[in-house]
Amino acid sequence: MKRRKERIDRGIKARSEDIFALTSYREMLYLLFPRAVPVVILLGLTPLLSPYWQEVLISTAVYALLAISWDMLICAGLVSLGQSLFYGIGSYIAGALNYYWHWSPLFTIPVATVGGGLLCTILLLPVLRLRGIYFAMVTLVLPLMFLRLVEATRILGGTEGLTGLTPFPGQLTALYVIQLGLLCALFGFRRIINSDYGLIVRGINDNDRAVMSAGLNIHWYKAQVLFLGASVGAFTGAFGTHLDMFAGMPGFALDYSIMPLAAAVVGGTGTFAGPMLGAFILVPLSEILRALGALRIVFYGLFLVIFVVALPEGIFHYLQRKYHQFERWVEVE
Amino acid sequence: MLLGTLIYGFVNSTILALVAMGFNLTFGISGVANFAYGATYIFSGFLVWILLNSLGVPYFFSVVIAVICAALLGFLIYYVVILRVKGLALSEVMATFGLGLAIMELFRYFDFVGFRYTLPVFFDGSISIGDVYIDYQRLAIALIAMALTLFIYLFTHHTRIGLAFRAIAQDERTALTFGINSDRIGALSMAFGSALAAVAAIVILPLGTIAVEGGYDVLINALAVCIVGGLGSTMGILVASVMIGFAQTFTANYLEPHWMMLVSLIAIAVVLVVKPSGLFSHQKELEERI
Repeated sequence: MKRRKERIDRGIKARSEDIFALTSYREMLYLLFPRAVPVVILLGLTPLLSPYWQEVLISTAVYALLAISWDMLICAGLVSLGQSLFYGIGSYIAGALNYYWHWSPLFTIPVATVGGGLLCTILLLPVLRLRGIYFAMVTLVLPLMFLRLVEATRILGGTEGLTGLTPFPGQLTALYVIQLGLLCALFGFRRIINSDYGLIVRGINDNDRAVMSAGLNIHWYKAQVLFLGASVGAFTGAFGTHLDMFAGMPGFALDYSIMPLAAAVVGGTGTFAGPMLGAFILVPLSEILRALGALRIVFYGLFLVIFVVALPEGIFHYLQRKYHQFERWVEVE
Repeated sequence: MLLGTLIYGFVNSTILALVAMGFNLTFGISGVANFAYGATYIFSGFLVWILLNSLGVPYFFSVVIAVICAALLGFLIYYVVILRVKGLALSEVMATFGLGLAIMELFRYFDFVGFRYTLPVFFDGSISIGDVYIDYQRLAIALIAMALTLFIYLFTHHTRIGLAFRAIAQDERTALTFGINSDRIGALSMAFGSALAAVAAIVILPLGTIAVEGGYDVLINALAVCIVGGLGSTMGILVASVMIGFAQTFTANYLEPHWMMLVSLIAIAVVLVVKPSGLFSHQKELEERI
């Protein structure tokens, strides 16, 4: 006797898919609950934490944003191995504006977000015409090259970096700035990817020639997606600069490339909530394992391999399935 | 000055070719971009060092052991990791990247950092050509790179496995109908590429110290040469390494050494704009370009 597992949507999922969700509180709560969880946890509970864990939360949010930015690119089929490029460029733009012209963070962060996004898009524009691994290769090479360039030419403070930048007024302000950014990116990107525009973007990933034959300019769409992802990355860079009061070569460090990647793969790609969940698991975990030092990156690498090979689905897809569907064993005739 | 630049440019080109050959071989045959390539390079370097200095194995044997171990590593990576995500290019890239990172950072964790990690040169001393002094090691690199290129050419054109390599590279399905096991050939190509990385490490590393950062540099150089030359094309590798090698040396000598690393970046950018699939990649052009 053979059995197989059957998965069926819960009745409440079917009922709450349409405008009829408004018919009862249960359906509305069913829809509201998963969306409220991140908002309540982030905005409500964080002021209660100790200053140390608030700091951890800030760096978690930074990595979560980078992971979300990575996820935006993967929606269009672009694998970035160098999120630190976005982080580093955002950080240097904000740092330079603040250091040389004494702009306040109120202006440097938006300028760095948009300017960094544009600059990264222009830098990566030649690779967008190619499919496959070229994008991954070039994103891997670029941050390392920038690192060498800064080191060799001593521009922008060289190895010392730009120090003594304007900090945020307080830790709580910084916390709310990054969390607001995180929530905006999460819900904004989820909305974008579920719209008609997002359909085109996902179509590019699935079958680029089919999208082309529909008369759409896929290079233009890819550039737009790259701009969106890169801006979010540059925002975290600009934020991190003002947080540490420092812009320098660590901005191009490997941590900012591998952590978001591992977080996104562990959490589940293509959902934005998954990468965020992954970051909220991995970063506090690495904080607990702080004593291990350089071994942390080894763990991230191994996490990445294990999840890519053995559990490509990720945690979030699993949770989502449990929430929306029930399972039962049925006999196979 | 000019003669010196030319000679050192040539040596630099052979170094680049040596470094890129293994990466290119694996990609050309099985289509796997082995981002753990730099890690294999560093792994073999440290392995030789450990065998020589900690275990006291004679030089010749430690070299042979290191090359075999690197090949085994590549073989294992293919069977354990890549085979499970075969065909999903992006997953392959992420898995090998994560693995390479883990290997390299593991060496950093065990404190393999410092000037004492050096490999012995083959022959000490130097000779002068005209008024240019060049050490024997650099000459050895150039000779070994040329010999290896010849060896790979002969191997892929005149042995059973080599012909199977090319068959899989040209058309996997037709090759399957001839009874060529594409998984085994893929794993062998990975082992071969890793062994070439080990050879490159043993030949090149005596010029400096073995450092974890070197693994990233090797990967970058291999990627740059492969992108410029066209992934999977041996002729492209040779031409691209000569171009980039001479360009780097000329920049270092006539402009400033600082700008040397920009050369490969500019080369990548120009090639991607002008001829995106590389200078010599004819058969794959349609697949990669959209």
